[in-house]
Amino acid sequence: MTYTLKQAAELLAAGKTSAEELATDYLGKIAAANATLNAFITVDGDKTLAMAKAADAARAAGNAGLLTGVPIAHKDIFCAEGWKTTCGSKMLEHFVSPYDAHVVEQCTAAGLVTLGRTNMDEFAMGSSNENSAFGAVKNPWDLNAVPGGSSGGSAAAVAARLAPAATATDTGGSIRQPAGFCGVTGIKPTYGTVSRYGMVAYASSLDQGGPIAQTAEDCALLLNVMAGHDSRDSTSLEMAREDYTRDLAKPLTGLRIGLPKEYFGTGLSADVAQAIEAALTEYKKLGAEVIEISLPRTELAIPAYYVIAPAEASSNLSRFDGVRYGHRAAEYSDLNEMYEKSRAEGFGWETKRRILTGTYVLSHGYYDAYYLKAQKVRRLLTEDFLKGFTQCDIIAAPVAPSVAWNLGEKSNDPVANYLADIYTLGVNLAGLPALSHPVGFGAQGRPVGLQLIGNYFGEARLLNAAHQFQQATDWHSRAPAL
Amino acid sequence: MTWEVVIGLEVHTQLSTQSKIFSAASTAFGAEPNTQTAVVDIALPGALPVMNKVAVEKAIQFGLAIGAKVNRKSVFARKNYFYPDLPKGYQISQFELPVVEGGAITIRVGDEEKRINLTRAHLEEDAGKSVHEDFHGMSGIDLNRAGTPLLEIVSEPEMRSAAEAVAYAKALHSIVTWIGICDGNMQEGSFRCDVNVSVRRPGEPLGTRREIKNLNSFKFMEQAIKYEVNWQIEQIEDGHKIQQATILFDPDSGETRMMRSKEDAHDYRYFPDPDLPPLVISEDWIARVRSELPELPEAMQARFAQQYGLSDYDARTLTASKALAGYFEATVAAGADAKLASNWITGEVAATLNREEQDITACPVAAEALAGLIRRVMDNTINNKTGKDVLKKMWESGDAADTIIERDGLKQENDAGAVEAIIDGVLAANQAMVDEYKSGKEKAFNALVGQCMKASKGKANPAQVNEILKRKLG
Repeated sequence: MTYTLKQAAELLAAGKTSAEELATDYLGKIAAANATLNAFITVDGDKTLAMAKAADAARAAGNAGLLTGVPIAHKDIFCAEGWKTTCGSKMLEHFVSPYDAHVVEQCTAAGLVTLGRTNMDEFAMGSSNENSAFGAVKNPWDLNAVPGGSSGGSAAAVAARLAPAATATDTGGSIRQPAGFCGVTGIKPTYGTVSRYGMVAYASSLDQGGPIAQTAEDCALLLNVMAGHDSRDSTSLEMAREDYTRDLAKPLTGLRIGLPKEYFGTGLSADVAQAIEAALTEYKKLGAEVIEISLPRTELAIPAYYVIAPAEASSNLSRFDGVRYGHRAAEYSDLNEMYEKSRAEGFGWETKRRILTGTYVLSHGYYDAYYLKAQKVRRLLTEDFLKGFTQCDIIAAPVAPSVAWNLGEKSNDPVANYLADIYTLGVNLAGLPALSHPVGFGAQGRPVGLQLIGNYFGEARLLNAAHQFQQATDWHSRAPAL
Repeated sequence: MTWEVVIGLEVHTQLSTQSKIFSAASTAFGAEPNTQTAVVDIALPGALPVMNKVAVEKAIQFGLAIGAKVNRKSVFARKNYFYPDLPKGYQISQFELPVVEGGAITIRVGDEEKRINLTRAHLEEDAGKSVHEDFHGMSGIDLNRAGTPLLEIVSEPEMRSAAEAVAYAKALHSIVTWIGICDGNMQEGSFRCDVNVSVRRPGEPLGTRREIKNLNSFKFMEQAIKYEVNWQIEQIEDGHKIQQATILFDPDSGETRMMRSKEDAHDYRYFPDPDLPPLVISEDWIARVRSELPELPEAMQARFAQQYGLSDYDARTLTASKALAGYFEATVAAGADAKLASNWITGEVAATLNREEQDITACPVAAEALAGLIRRVMDNTINNKTGKDVLKKMWESGDAADTIIERDGLKQENDAGAVEAIIDGVLAANQAMVDEYKSGKEKAFNALVGQCMKASKGKANPAQVNEILKRKLG
């Protein structure tokens, strides 16, 4: 049996299953499939079952919440006390976190049971999951395809029904793009909605946590748990808790969906365009109105992102120096050599590439030309979006120019990888919420996702739209044959 | 040919907060290594800084105290470099927009007063410490100090001698301790000075500077600057050019030596810290801090002169520290005449403390007790000289002045008849002196007063002796 988050919660509430039974069931599925998919870096059955038993005890004592006992997976970027938190890097291969991230704390408080830690591109840098120090994740729909990244493990685990839902993070598309490639639903909320406390930083001004699940409704349920103000993160928004499920049932009559013409030009492959067109037809049937808008500076998102994100990363990753924790070279003759060898051995190529790029753009004499200029572009891109939202309620766009590519296809071509991020980066630069939901299949039967972008704090509206679409279609309930 | 010395200071003051600038860990000095470290201070993955409002408030206090501009918006920036005691690989500091800009401090060298302008003061975190002693072939890292709040105070290069630089550092030290934002403990590193020194011919553009790092005593600062100035002049006169460098002062040799040259200087790659939003300080906050600011030394000095009728010199001496000023006012409040209190405190009390190398906070005679003594001088119970002996006994025993005067029978003899009897005896026994005086030798008068005081065992009122003696000899 496979369950959505909501179904699992209902079964538990009805007493038809126990947290322990569910956990055991999912652990079995992971054990059977992980050798093939490599979606999990760490699985610890004892810990999982202990959490499940505690959840059952809480339920027996009458202390169960809505999601008590429901199992989920955590991206290996969220620190969890007692769990290895590798962030997909050899640098942190043996790092056991002594503390919980806010997201993990909230999930534990809600009674959610941790099934394991999902694979990811090293330090969330990548869009194919091939940059993991623990091997690439395979796309459950096609084992020759990449699952997308950086939250490829979370997306593949949910797609292969190895977990009802998973936590993930999105810095330049890392929730939406793997969700799209794996045929599942994922949402990146407004920057500041989910606390970054305990979330290993890649690019602090862009990083944002969010859920990946089978349905928009599940995403809303899990986002309810993950979101919320946290005084330990100074960029966490001070706002009242909201219920992201509140608008799910609203009809879409009169919803204005904007189509940015720059997102549908050359470069978008025909199969993806076709699936999106069909989805828009469905949205119209549901009462939405589709209008063309313009986001004229869209293509500047790539250079702006690949200056700002590496700049922040180069500084964020300085703490991995082999001094206090993490990988330290076995032999070195002095301090500099300890740094050099530890970091040379501990980081993978993409991470090194971004550290070098970031160091360069922040250097004396280059800062104005690169970093400051990129910040200006960032403001312009934001203005474009805000102007767009004067004409429409939400924006619809592709998630990626194509369906998932083949493993190894772009692994030696970083620029090709970067260019494929064109449709997702702007959202992070502007700090807007956006989700991705499955809308069919393209070439080689690989899934196609549709991206819905909202104005600030527009999560409930986005989830409403996707939920109504999912009530009328069944793309989200298709599961790969494994 | 003369040389002009140009000096500017960067002073790191440790702000006296309970917890660190970006974490809740304690800032107390001297704990076991690495026991005062939160996840932020060890820079665990995912750890995030949260601004300590108390540290900001202390920066505002400083800005207001020196008449500077407190920026309504300032920005934290990362200063990136690798060092084992810098856990994040960057220091959170302020770069382009500091919290405080401008302001000035008055210094005094000899009789000369001079205003020194400040460039800026910015908030930043301290690094940890490398410990080399206890580990053979290895270094230990203690991160207890990492994240301790610092206010780095930067002056304009307006000092022209070692004496001015030291006077500036002392004045700054006095202000930060006065307003209570820093404990001023230089041994524990609460007040550390970096001194930029260059020399030039008067009227020429600024020379190349060398920066003497981490001076933690005023004495060393003076020695270091003097040595450095001579060294630079010699170099230039020998035809060498000064290279920009960071140098250290070795107190044992009395010399400065190179730490790193400009070529080795880091490119710190400053950029705004994305983990911290800009620091916004509201007008209300500034107004509240202003209303809570203690009376500042200059204002208090003027008030002392006016309210107590003290000389400028005495008023300045008494306001050298907040503790001293407080001691003076408490003495006056306990009934001592202000002028007498000033004389006693800047005289006998200060001299004794000086001898014992203590400051007023360690004075065993409380202000109220001193007032008790001064009251007895005021009401002629004892004379000034006896008062000094009584103070000495108070200092040693902790007894009150009245107790000592009573016990040791030190009461002044104010009975005119008794004094006359003593004087008559002295005149009878010293006919030679009387003759000398009468023949015009004024000195003999003083000798006779001395004899009378001696005969009274110091208890006679000297003014009364003078008066009666004059009458009898006249």
